Amino acid sequence: MKSLILKTVSTTLLPLLILFSVFVLLRGHYLPGGGFIGGLIAAIAFILHAFANGLDQTRKLIRIHPGFLIPVGLAIAILSALAPVIFTGDPAMTGLWYEKDIAILGKIGSALFFDTGVYLVVIGVCLTIIFTISESV
Amino acid sequence: MNEHLTIYPIIVHLITAVLLLFFWKKPKIQRYISILGSTVGIVIAGMLFHRVWENGILSIQLGNWEAPFGISMVADTLAVTLIVLTNIVSFALSIYSTENMVSSRIKFGYYAIFHFLIMGLSGAFLTGDLFNLYVWFEVIIISSFVLLTIGGRKIQIEGAVKYFTLNMISSIIFLTGIAMVYGATGSLNMAELSRIIPEIENKGLMQTISLIFFIGFGVKSGVFPLYFWLPASYHTPPAAVSALFAGLLTKVGIYAMLRVFTLIFPLGETNQIILMIIAGLTMFFGGIGALVQKNILRVFSYLIICHIGFMVGGLSIFTQVAIVGAVMYMFHDIIVKATLYMMGGIMFRIFGNTKMEKMGGLMDNYPKLSFLFAIPLFALVGIPPLSGFWPKISLFSASYTANEIAMLVMFIFASLITLIIIAKVWNNVFSQNPESIETKSSFKYFKDFNFAEKAAYVVPVVLLVGVTLYYSFFAEHFQLIATRIGEELMNTEHYYNAVFNINEKTKL
Repeated sequence: MKSLILKTVSTTLLPLLILFSVFVLLRGHYLPGGGFIGGLIAAIAFILHAFANGLDQTRKLIRIHPGFLIPVGLAIAILSALAPVIFTGDPAMTGLWYEKDIAILGKIGSALFFDTGVYLVVIGVCLTIIFTISESV
Repeated sequence: MNEHLTIYPIIVHLITAVLLLFFWKKPKIQRYISILGSTVGIVIAGMLFHRVWENGILSIQLGNWEAPFGISMVADTLAVTLIVLTNIVSFALSIYSTENMVSSRIKFGYYAIFHFLIMGLSGAFLTGDLFNLYVWFEVIIISSFVLLTIGGRKIQIEGAVKYFTLNMISSIIFLTGIAMVYGATGSLNMAELSRIIPEIENKGLMQTISLIFFIGFGVKSGVFPLYFWLPASYHTPPAAVSALFAGLLTKVGIYAMLRVFTLIFPLGETNQIILMIIAGLTMFFGGIGALVQKNILRVFSYLIICHIGFMVGGLSIFTQVAIVGAVMYMFHDIIVKATLYMMGGIMFRIFGNTKMEKMGGLMDNYPKLSFLFAIPLFALVGIPPLSGFWPKISLFSASYTANEIAMLVMFIFASLITLIIIAKVWNNVFSQNPESIETKSSFKYFKDFNFAEKAAYVVPVVLLVGVTLYYSFFAEHFQLIATRIGEELMNTEHYYNAVFNINEKTKL
């Protein structure tokens, strides 16, 4: 699909959508949002870019193979689940929270890292599937 | 901290799987990581078993949420023994897969999914929450579906569709049951349910729910009349996958039955009769089915169904001795069924196909291998002192003392028909010489393997046969474990106290 309008819009939308996905990821602990939906939005940003500019351009933009994000995300999620075992001796998956508020981010806890892991896994899975399908078409 | 150990068997395989994903394109490294992960798995399972054996039931509340609200993980003797056996089988299969799985299949993530499946099994054994059990079942189904279809041959897809459809339906039925339990009691914690359910006045509803659970687990374990997916799919994937499925997947259904029908819905008279009839029919149709099959792997599939009847039958008698028999049979069955399919893989390499009329003369050509193969086959029949014999004593005597003569007759019938089937297999594959064995040019036969390749096929079988022999000659160890499991299953307060941390010396 080579259209000048789509191409122009997609280059503007890509950073916006990724920013929005990070916003959704961060607000996810108490409000609607979270790692899964944030990951989907980020994946959509790249897929839109791929539609407008072709798969090769998007590949060049991402640089790494999206499948690599899956184990990275899983590893982050596992570490966040095991963090209480290692640091405080509580059972796995206990929420650990940093007491002070951090500007913009708000309170930071192990749940955020878990969500970040989910975020990466979702991006990795979606992009791997879409890239593989559009390759074989 | 003691209780952390409870979830380590899950974590080990999860970490192994993620590590394997990092080495997606490097099959050689994946083989080593998988063997290493399974070794660590055995060590941790052994430590957990030791801890539980010494100190009684261990439990942990995930996320530090108190018992009825959060998810409890409970390691009682039944769960940890199954985890030890699971890890032994997974270790053997990690080695077996190095040669049985071609590199292209490993590049599609075979090993990672394999470890995800083991993780799912460990989780299902350890969980103390009904909904969490459902989640682990889903993990198992999804992983097993990938394992079934990896490679994408037409016959595999055909088997996988049947497998997936029926297992999906059973999951939905199971989920419906969970929803009804939650609607009726407001809790899904198994320990809490064991106290709430007896006090509910609407006995009819509880009866219905328990039967819904039975259907859900029954499909998964392959009882009559919903076993058709099993022989349709188990012979299609490579031998390593079939061995894993045969050894462990159907037993998860039996484990769930043992857990739910002792802890949550102790069997009443009606349910006992229903389970008995189903068990009898399962043994009958499984046995008859195995008798008429021509493909050796399909014979084994029907034997799985036939022997599921022993465990369901043991549960249905519902005395402590019978439960001990069922549990012991389960231990024996996990090891022997996995061995059978691994043997099937070797036979496929020797003869080039799995049809029994095109096999023969194994005894003359491979005497040592034949001797090795004879042990699990005879153990399956239950020739004393091999492992199948010991659980059958418990089952026979339990059904006799409980005055369930029909069940006793069915047990004996199933044992006899197994004997006939094994005699037939022996006759066809081991002794009789075939008229002609065609040789395929593009096929790598067992005799062309070098030493390392042969070892990768035979060593795991030797390992599992070793476990069978240990079971055979030191059956009193397993009897001791099973007796304690029977005691724990029939007296639910041990489980309840462990989950709610009520101080009690659970040591028996």
